[in-house]
Amino acid sequence: MSAPPAARAAGTPSATRTVALRLPGFSARVRPRAVLVCGILASVVVVLFLVSLATGDYRLTLGQVTSALTGHADGLVRTIVLDWRLPRATLALLFGAALGLGGAVFQSLTRNPLGSPDIIGFDTGAYTGALVVMLWWHGGIGQQTAAAVVGGLATACAVYLLAYRRGVQGFRLVIVGIGVSAMLGAFNTWLILTSRLQDAMGAAAFGAGSLNEVGYGQLGAASAVLAVLVPAVLALGRRMRLLEMGDDAARQLGVPAEPTRLLLVAVGVGLTATVTAIAGPIAFVALVAPQVARRLVASPGTTLVGSALTGAVLLQSADWTAQHLVPTTPLPVGVVTVVLGGSYFVWLLVKEGLRS
Amino acid sequence: MTRLQVRDASLGYDRRLISEHLDLDVPDGAFTVVVGPNACGKSTLLRALARLLRPSAGSVVLDGRDIHTYRAKEVARRLGLLPQSSVAPDGITVEALVARGRHPHQRLLQQWTTHDEDVVREALAATGVTALADRPVDELSGGQRQRVWVAMALAQETDLLLLDEPTTFLDVAHQIELLELFRHLNVDRGRTLVAVLHDLNHACRYADHIVAMADGRVVAQGAPAEVVTAELVHDVFGLPAHVFADPVSGTPLVVPAGPPGRAFAPEVPRPDRPETATPEPAVV
Repeated sequence: MSAPPAARAAGTPSATRTVALRLPGFSARVRPRAVLVCGILASVVVVLFLVSLATGDYRLTLGQVTSALTGHADGLVRTIVLDWRLPRATLALLFGAALGLGGAVFQSLTRNPLGSPDIIGFDTGAYTGALVVMLWWHGGIGQQTAAAVVGGLATACAVYLLAYRRGVQGFRLVIVGIGVSAMLGAFNTWLILTSRLQDAMGAAAFGAGSLNEVGYGQLGAASAVLAVLVPAVLALGRRMRLLEMGDDAARQLGVPAEPTRLLLVAVGVGLTATVTAIAGPIAFVALVAPQVARRLVASPGTTLVGSALTGAVLLQSADWTAQHLVPTTPLPVGVVTVVLGGSYFVWLLVKEGLRS
Repeated sequence: MTRLQVRDASLGYDRRLISEHLDLDVPDGAFTVVVGPNACGKSTLLRALARLLRPSAGSVVLDGRDIHTYRAKEVARRLGLLPQSSVAPDGITVEALVARGRHPHQRLLQQWTTHDEDVVREALAATGVTALADRPVDELSGGQRQRVWVAMALAQETDLLLLDEPTTFLDVAHQIELLELFRHLNVDRGRTLVAVLHDLNHACRYADHIVAMADGRVVAQGAPAEVVTAELVHDVFGLPAHVFADPVSGTPLVVPAGPPGRAFAPEVPRPDRPETATPEPAVV
């Protein structure tokens, strides 16, 4: 890797300008705008991570946090940072990224900004799975997690099959998903209404989506799953963007359309189901992150890295707000993301309204 | 033996069979045009040639092998298709879209070599869209956009190029412009072209080889002057017509005769193209 990268800068508007990067055995092209925006987002992710480790009932300095992270602190500081705050801060980052990626995959597949996993029923299905185990079998956390994964996957399969007609078309997937989601939502409500009060409260807390109870066990499980799914989705990224041009255009460029789509559905559901199984359905991050990322990065089609970073920033800030907004009672993060999502919809409506 | 052939193929969708025992040799280095009434199976044939549709019996043979025994990317390096409907991602620039045509040649670590860059530049130049390179595709006119899609297919660097109704949504001037471009690609760049066209007179003027289809069968094929007769137009399209020599090119010129009893109708109905099969939008 000794030769200098040959750079080409066309005289184009800054947002779409590309530069060719070439090294022996490697060539790619990048948009400076995308690199810059992703760099900024990544820095924000790091800052939010450190802030969430430093703040709380017991405030720490940045020096104390870094010394704890590098293994030079002991006693209370070490306990607070490593044992109490680190798992949660890491999971907020990872789950935000996973939701951002999952949302990006589904919005790309359905070519519809509403085609996010929480709109088309996978979250509701995961919740149904968890509820059934929680309220009928009184199963433990492990069983609940498994049931949420099964519920999410079963719902995904049902939606995929119901929408299948010689391949799956985006709009049909969204419509079928919304329908299935509504039915499962009604079923969930019935489950909660017919259960005992104490069970119902636990179920409702899970249903809001919360990181209040997570620890190293959950972090380990989530990291293992995401270590497989995140590289998988990134590897599928180029094919995914070609699919956005339509099946015929993608297939004639050598992309096997239906197998790629099935893989993407599996990976997208996996990403979302992992989060839902552990934290409950955290709404709207998967919906909003890819949209915001796309505007920030100014990318044609979907941006995976941008969506992951934006998702992380959104969930990190939402979780920090959830922890610190009401000093005495930590809120479920899902409550904050719902407000976030609502504001996004209002902004979208106003913007569309002004345009027309 | 030609590079691309259809061998005793049955083509259709689900249980609806459109063609049975279809045979066709695509002449190498020629500009072949497939004509026929709506729903005669010409687009289905093109999809089968492009490996987008698997024959339920028989085969499509590319370079001596069944096209379905190749990997998808391998086919995409030998044969390009301009589909009827494609969606340009929001905000993508002309150059970025054309660059996507390089996908079959790209590998994980080799995504943008100097060769890729040269080929894209040539494709833009060949289709006359170099000046538009940095414009978003959604801002272009229909004629310009179609040229950009052609450029993308050219960037694929294939000797064989299939075009599914490439002129359908264009005004007459843009249609001729595009057909001239195809002729140039065929004559000067030596590409083998197969296009589905609706306009018989365009087909006669530009094609080396015409394939006339009806009810899923090839009714006639050959040079336009040999194939296109009043009888054929009547048999294939059910349209009474006269065929003259085109005063400009000397190729057959089809003039509808009009309904019986009205020898000189000022407005001749055109039952051969009631509507141009508006493709269902693939996206919402």
